[in-house]
Amino acid sequence: MNQSATTTPSHERARKPLLRVVGVKKNYATPQGVLEILRGVDFSLEAGASLALMGESGSGKSTLLHLVGALDQADAGDIFLDDMSLATLGEAARAALRRETLGIVFQQFNLIPSLTVADNLAFQARIAGRCDPDWQGELTRRLGLAELVARYPEQLSGGQQQRVAVGRALASRPRLLLADEPTGNLDEATGEAVLTLALELVATTGCAFLMATHSARLAARIGRRALLSGGGLTLL
Amino acid sequence: MRQTLWTLATLLSHWRRHPANLATLLVGLAIATALWSGVQALNDHARKSYASAAAAVSGADARALVSTRGGLFAQDLYIKLRLAGWKVSPVLEGTVRVGDKSLRLIGVEPLTLPRGARLVSLREGEGIADFLKSPGLGFAAPETLAQLSEGAKTERGLSLPPPRALDAAPPGALIVDIGVAQRLLDRPERLSRLMLEAKGAQPLASVVGDALRLVEPDEDSDLERLTGSFHLNLTAFGLLSFLVGLFIVHASFGLAFEQRLPTIRTLRAVGVSSRALIAAMAFELFALALFAGGAGVALGYVIARALLPNVAASLDSLYGAQLPERLTLDAGWALSGLGMALLGAASAAAGGLIRTFRLPVLSVARPQAWREAHRRYLRRQALVAGLAFAVAVGALLWGGGLVGGFALIAGGLLGAALGLPVALAGALALGERLAKGPVTRWFWADSRQQLPGLSLALMALLLALSTNIGVGAMVEGFRVTFTRWLDDRLIAEVYFEASDDDAGQRIEAWAAKRPEVEAILPVFRTKTQIANWPVEVGSLRAHETYAEHFPLLEHDANVWARLARGDAVLVSEQLARRLKLNVGGMLDIPTEGENWSAAIVGIYPDYGNPNGQLRVDIDAFERHWPRAPRVNFSLRVAPANVTGLIRDLRAEMGPRLVRLVDQAFVKNLSLKIFERTFAVTAALNTLTLIVSAIALLASLLTLSALRLAQLAPAWAMGVTRKRLAALELSRIILFAAATALFAVPLGLFMAWCLVAVVNVEAFGWRLPFHLFPGQWARVFAIALLTAFLAALAPVLRLARAAPADLLKVFANES
Amino acid sequence: MRASVLLAALLACCAPARLCADSFAGLGQESPGFATVTPDAALAFPRDFGAHPGFRTEWWYLTANLRDASGASYGAQWTLFRSALAPGPELAGWADPVVFMGHAAVTTASEHLFAETLARGGVGQAGVVATPFRAFIDDWSLEARDNGADAGISRLFVSASGAQFRYQLTLSADMPPVLEGDKGYSRKSEDGRASYYFSQPFYTVEGELILRGAPIKVSGRAWMDREWSSQPLSPDQKGWDWFSLHLSSGEKLMLFRLRGVSGRDFIGGNWIDADGATRQLAPEDVSIEPLATTTLASTTLPTRWRVTVKSRALNIETIPLNPASWMGTRFAYWEGPIRFTGTHGGEGYLEMTGY
Repeated sequence: MNQSATTTPSHERARKPLLRVVGVKKNYATPQGVLEILRGVDFSLEAGASLALMGESGSGKSTLLHLVGALDQADAGDIFLDDMSLATLGEAARAALRRETLGIVFQQFNLIPSLTVADNLAFQARIAGRCDPDWQGELTRRLGLAELVARYPEQLSGGQQQRVAVGRALASRPRLLLADEPTGNLDEATGEAVLTLALELVATTGCAFLMATHSARLAARIGRRALLSGGGLTLL
Repeated sequence: MRQTLWTLATLLSHWRRHPANLATLLVGLAIATALWSGVQALNDHARKSYASAAAAVSGADARALVSTRGGLFAQDLYIKLRLAGWKVSPVLEGTVRVGDKSLRLIGVEPLTLPRGARLVSLREGEGIADFLKSPGLGFAAPETLAQLSEGAKTERGLSLPPPRALDAAPPGALIVDIGVAQRLLDRPERLSRLMLEAKGAQPLASVVGDALRLVEPDEDSDLERLTGSFHLNLTAFGLLSFLVGLFIVHASFGLAFEQRLPTIRTLRAVGVSSRALIAAMAFELFALALFAGGAGVALGYVIARALLPNVAASLDSLYGAQLPERLTLDAGWALSGLGMALLGAASAAAGGLIRTFRLPVLSVARPQAWREAHRRYLRRQALVAGLAFAVAVGALLWGGGLVGGFALIAGGLLGAALGLPVALAGALALGERLAKGPVTRWFWADSRQQLPGLSLALMALLLALSTNIGVGAMVEGFRVTFTRWLDDRLIAEVYFEASDDDAGQRIEAWAAKRPEVEAILPVFRTKTQIANWPVEVGSLRAHETYAEHFPLLEHDANVWARLARGDAVLVSEQLARRLKLNVGGMLDIPTEGENWSAAIVGIYPDYGNPNGQLRVDIDAFERHWPRAPRVNFSLRVAPANVTGLIRDLRAEMGPRLVRLVDQAFVKNLSLKIFERTFAVTAALNTLTLIVSAIALLASLLTLSALRLAQLAPAWAMGVTRKRLAALELSRIILFAAATALFAVPLGLFMAWCLVAVVNVEAFGWRLPFHLFPGQWARVFAIALLTAFLAALAPVLRLARAAPADLLKVFANES
Repeated sequence: MRASVLLAALLACCAPARLCADSFAGLGQESPGFATVTPDAALAFPRDFGAHPGFRTEWWYLTANLRDASGASYGAQWTLFRSALAPGPELAGWADPVVFMGHAAVTTASEHLFAETLARGGVGQAGVVATPFRAFIDDWSLEARDNGADAGISRLFVSASGAQFRYQLTLSADMPPVLEGDKGYSRKSEDGRASYYFSQPFYTVEGELILRGAPIKVSGRAWMDREWSSQPLSPDQKGWDWFSLHLSSGEKLMLFRLRGVSGRDFIGGNWIDADGATRQLAPEDVSIEPLATTTLASTTLPTRWRVTVKSRALNIETIPLNPASWMGTRFAYWEGPIRFTGTHGGEGYLEMTGY
């Protein structure tokens, strides 16, 4: 749990954790008053490692994931991605970080409705400048999307849409894949299938994996687990 | 850069999937731009021709000497100035009628034309001897020549000199020698002005006293001033149409934003920076606006071309202004139209852009935030509406002039439009509270939910409907009043103009001997100037015709007796307003002799006349204006004998007559002139209504997809699709009916403003305020019909929706 | 004889800057309807001081050789042309087919200032009255100083102004007018073209020139020409050179050379004694030859001349006061004061047209 604010040389980086969350606090203003969702969360994640965040609805899993994904800003504490402090980054730099280092899968509304499946898959890779047709082709095949590439998202089932989302997130070869209840809208069987595919690809690419879920069964398939409760995080 | 391009491609792909939305946006912007730029094209065209007409003879920066009392002055003054060493050149301008067209005559003296004069080519060119010798030559622009036939004669039967083409000549004008002009216009030894090349050693006053004054080149020409209000009216309507069109654009952009919000969330999540996103959206906006604006400018040209004949005819009939028939395209005009389109699109989309920029990435997808935001938005809207009303009240209490009148209308309209959603929301909340039964309550609640999406379209509809009512009331009221007024003023059955005083006397004697002629009423005319404003003077012979029919707005108890005494006058409404005259006051009138101080015993309406007018008893007229021509008469004849009398008169006195018409002809002519004037506003009005109908249709179409998701729960709970469709339809019609209901008082307000404030300021006369319930019913029906047609497609789609579609809503919901 | 320039152009409908291929300024054109000049008409005064409406062209032409207190030389010119566009009586108002044109000039050794103005007849902007004599256009005038009916043109007041100059001169003559040609019938060509022509060359002048606001008192001599005709030139005459000379011995000499297109010149002139007796000179008696030319902006023309009159043993060379005495009016010509030396000395005016 060291808190260094300076960048470290690359050979040292391999030993340092990819992700370090240090003393993060987050509040929300509601009509009833200020709600403290996160009250000082610490954990770290090595490169290539996986972690499942568990907790009840409203425990702050999504909030924590959003903070890690540079989609929101902590009120206190800091998050270090690749030894870069998110708090010090400006909006453009955070967007660059999301482009190049992260991949995010939400529970729903992941895809751009007006683009085809193929365009959706390639989107993040394109704007990150890392479009690799071979890798995209492999992703398409392994996610079972070969027949669907010309379709539009509204023509796909929920499971198919989530598979495209996973593909999109991994097409740019991110170093960290974030997933916020990715199977929450799917039935059990489909959800399991999607998670299996995701884990296979994570292993192939060697990226780290952080997933928020309320299902203990799904969390069990991921190596490490942590529990969010009362605003604090406990590793299991 | 890469980000921006891919983002732009993504944004544009949205339009490919929603072509109807794109179409309405482009069409809305194009029509708004078209109406604005069309009106501007007409105004620019007119202004350019006034400027070129004013500078026609003298060149753009020439100075001139004109009479201090306005009108014509004695040629003698020119000679005096020349003999005193002043380098001046005489000009006489006037209008003659050739057939049914009016031709502007410009008489010049080529030998003394100043060096900078535009027509100096006349002096240098060939044919100058023919120009000076009898019968002279008439130079005209080639397009004017085409309309003149060889051997054309004026209304007085005088021949025009042989025509020749001259490119430098202004349109609609014939340039002749000054002597020829004096003869054709029957103004011997009179001049309009003197072009000044160089002053002499002696000061002006010592040579001509106070008879002449120097006019600097940057003074507005008479035409500019006279037609100023006409063009301001056109501009105002163009602006109104533009604003209504912008509402459509605003609605379309707003809907597009709402539909693209999930996409935008995804884009941000995937790592597109907000700067790149804004840049892409701005570029998309720019490209759309440019495309639609370009189409709009082209359409504006077409509209202007279509309206030009009516505008030109109105300007000619009302002010004697000549406009070239061919509309010329100006690069500056096209650019300003495009600029308006860009500005309009930017302001319409600004709200959405700012929202997108400022909202944090995540809340974009959360529905609750929108409701909160909409509540705040309604509150803000109510505030701005209140502000607009305050401006309107301020304009009413303290504002003056035409600008104040338009500020009043603008404030009122804007306030009402912005307040409409607030009022509707309140009404719906009330309905919800009073409703019994679940479906009914759901109906009200769901309407409240749908209101935000429709509010812009309803605002546009409100504006268009109320404009329709307001302008329609004004036009219709004017038509009713004018027709009645014409009936009162045109009592005599026959009107004629003799070729000269002598002919007039002979015809009068002839008519006196005819048994069918019940009365001979001379209507001699002349002109004078009061407070720098041209005023026509007309004579009245005391006769029961006037006492019974002549319409008076205000009058003394013994108006006709006092008038007959010869020391009193009737003044027109315009004259009374302009000089703040009242019945019982006195008026100083310059006559041929000395000033005449007369009592004002009556004020009468004189619609459509840009100048002032006086009526005096005929003896007084002859006393004060002994040299005025005595050529105009009207005859009272029993209607059955009119044709016979006219035939005999023409047969026996033909050559002595300049004009001979019967009442029906004059009425038709006058009515035609006014129809043409208001045809322009009527056209703009209809276009505006069409534009707002498109807005409503657009909103409904784009909302229809979202509606499925909102209606599915009710269906799942047992409400049949047919019932749902019927409820949808009735909801839309209810909205439209409520809007139409609001539109009626708003339209009446607008009509009142137009009649009581704008018209008075612009033209100087006031129309009585009429109510036309039939119009309201018609507008109501139009609103309902529009709503019905607009809602038809989506409602049918709902009624025929397969259960699978409705179920899919649930499959994807969390 | 003097030139009538723009007016003739009006008659001929020629573009101003272009001279007609044949006669100068169209003065050689046919003139149907106008009165013709005949050899036996007797001139009578004061009637012929005034205008002659039946004829097409007419002028009142004044030139003056002046000196100021310091002895510097000046020249002044005042001309009123009257031209009828159509034959017929005078009409009142703009319908009168008469055009008046005025030329005025002041010449010094270093500059030549001129002005031109036009007016229609019939409206009172320009005109000529025989008794009491008055010729005017705008604010320029040439008029009798006395109002008596028998004042004639012996005592005149002349004034004119241009952009940079003004002058007011008084003229006095103690001799009656002199008839040129043969008792006033002045032939101009072989085929009988002619004009009526008389002069008053005996004026003494007193007055003031105002150049650019600076007044200069001057005095000297002046010469007035009166000529009227309907067709003074034949079609093949290009232009002319004309001299009016005040000899120091008191005589006056008027000479002209009409240059023909085909090379045949027509020369004429009158010798006027100091007592006013006038004798027409035979063409073979006179020779007028150019000596030196000057190049101006638009043309090159001779400005020094040798003039001989054999019968009078006169052989002189003329030198202009200002070689650039170019009248840049609509129809341009050269007119300026000269002095001459040789067998006789003196001063005068030279006019050259058609170059």
